[in-house]
Amino acid sequence: MSNATRPENGTAVLEVRDLTVHHGQLRALSNVSFRVYPGEVYAIIGANGAGKSTLLRTIAGLHHPAAGAILYDGEDVTGLRPERRATAGIAMVPEGRRLFPSLTLEENLKVGATFAREGPWTIERVYELFTWMKDRRNQRAAQMSGGEQQATAIGRALVANPRVLLLDELSLGLAPVVVQRIYGMLPQILESGVTVLLVEQDVTQALRVATHLQCLLEGRTTLEGRPSDVTAEQVEAAYFGMAGAAAGQGGHPGHPGQPGHPGEGSEP
Amino acid sequence: MAWVNAIIQGILTGGLYALFACGLSLMFGVMKVVNLAHGDLAVVAGYIGVGIIASTHMPFLWSVPVVVVIMAALGYALQRTMLQTALSRGELTTLIVTFGLSIVIENGLLQFFTANTRGIGVGSSLVSSSFKIGSQIQIGWLLVVVFALALVVLLSLQYFLSASKYGRLIRAVADDREAAQLSGADYRHVFGIAAAVAFGTVALAGVAYGMTTVIQPTTGTDTILLFAFAAVVIGGLGSLWGTLLGGIVLGVAQQIGAQINISYEVLAGYVVFLAVLVLRPQGLTARRSQS
Repeated sequence: MSNATRPENGTAVLEVRDLTVHHGQLRALSNVSFRVYPGEVYAIIGANGAGKSTLLRTIAGLHHPAAGAILYDGEDVTGLRPERRATAGIAMVPEGRRLFPSLTLEENLKVGATFAREGPWTIERVYELFTWMKDRRNQRAAQMSGGEQQATAIGRALVANPRVLLLDELSLGLAPVVVQRIYGMLPQILESGVTVLLVEQDVTQALRVATHLQCLLEGRTTLEGRPSDVTAEQVEAAYFGMAGAAAGQGGHPGHPGQPGHPGEGSEP
Repeated sequence: MAWVNAIIQGILTGGLYALFACGLSLMFGVMKVVNLAHGDLAVVAGYIGVGIIASTHMPFLWSVPVVVVIMAALGYALQRTMLQTALSRGELTTLIVTFGLSIVIENGLLQFFTANTRGIGVGSSLVSSSFKIGSQIQIGWLLVVVFALALVVLLSLQYFLSASKYGRLIRAVADDREAAQLSGADYRHVFGIAAAVAFGTVALAGVAYGMTTVIQPTTGTDTILLFAFAAVVIGGLGSLWGTLLGGIVLGVAQQIGAQINISYEVLAGYVVFLAVLVLRPQGLTARRSQS
């Protein structure tokens, strides 16, 4: 799926400039910068605690950066509240799905559609994308399986008709076959003109879908490029620290060349 | 027959208690605000009603929606300013702030209206008229009207929360405030709407209380707030129909207590309240969504 060239002369739909975010005393992100161009699937990879989710939450407006700026369509949105960014066209599927548990599937989608922009996505179209949903639309979100909740969370974000879709750890807590199925929907989502920025611990999955990627390690960018341009060794070094020497450190049982660990806990 | 009478009177009084309780329950269920000024605000609504009727000679029935609208606007404004500021400092802060508000309101009312009791003139023979079932059971029309009003309020609230756009947003924000923000909802505004609705019910509670008996500045804390708390706890926190059930249980307990000995009326209500707290602290109806 990787493009031959990046449209770098065009306007980035999303740009992050020298972003630094603190979590209390901890520096979660240090001077992270990147641009996402329309139609791309930009993947942020990294181990637990690398700052991936913090980055996405900061872009959505749920964290305030200590320094740096977030530009959406060339405009500075760093000071905007999360709800204003959402209505402007930045939608996020948060880590852990975060559906409204006491609402039904359809009500969850309706909340997502309440402040929607004009665009191709409607609740009906989400039902066409996930065909099982229509029959179960009156089921409470709390009673659905993890995969169903994840699909509903994606649907809730899509009906807002975002220009940029932020996907935070879609694979977390889901069986590999379910992860495959959910990522299988990505082409149809991209076709509708949505640009995707995703965070993923499952490196194989990220490399498979991304057109561009960036690797974070302890809040710093360690690698950036197209999946076709980076080697497995480079990814490994960037993921675990230089020369892969840290591979045994920090209790990461995985290897970046292999599927990730869907059952693993969330980032802090 | 006297016992049957007590139970019927208790059930009807339960409607009034449900009116007291549903706003308290809504404020807590959505915002996690325990509004200790709840009863005093109901009394304020009662005094506004008295004031409007006295100054404009508006018919009683017309004054009710006016009071509701005024209180709803006050609810929105209070939520967006004082309560929201308190909330962002922590849920316990709202307890202190509303406690302070309660004291300010009570003393303000004492200052302006003195400690004299006032009733809201319904302007008809509704207050005194009643009908009989058999020879021993006599039911006042006023209590029937208040009970019906409580049913209408609860049904409307249920419809609003389950079927309307803002009702859905209120439930979404109550479930997960951050996720609602990611969907574009300004939770502060949604909180304001919820407070406006809650204060609307508070207004009806105050007017209904002023109709059935008399109000004075201290009525808010010594009667309305305590009975509202008791009804909410007995019925189950966060459940709308639980407030009606809680109100009815409280009302019946009080009437049965009064039947045994008139001085046991209030005591009997609190005995049941304590019994529920000990034996079934989640209330008689468990919360709709325990997730």
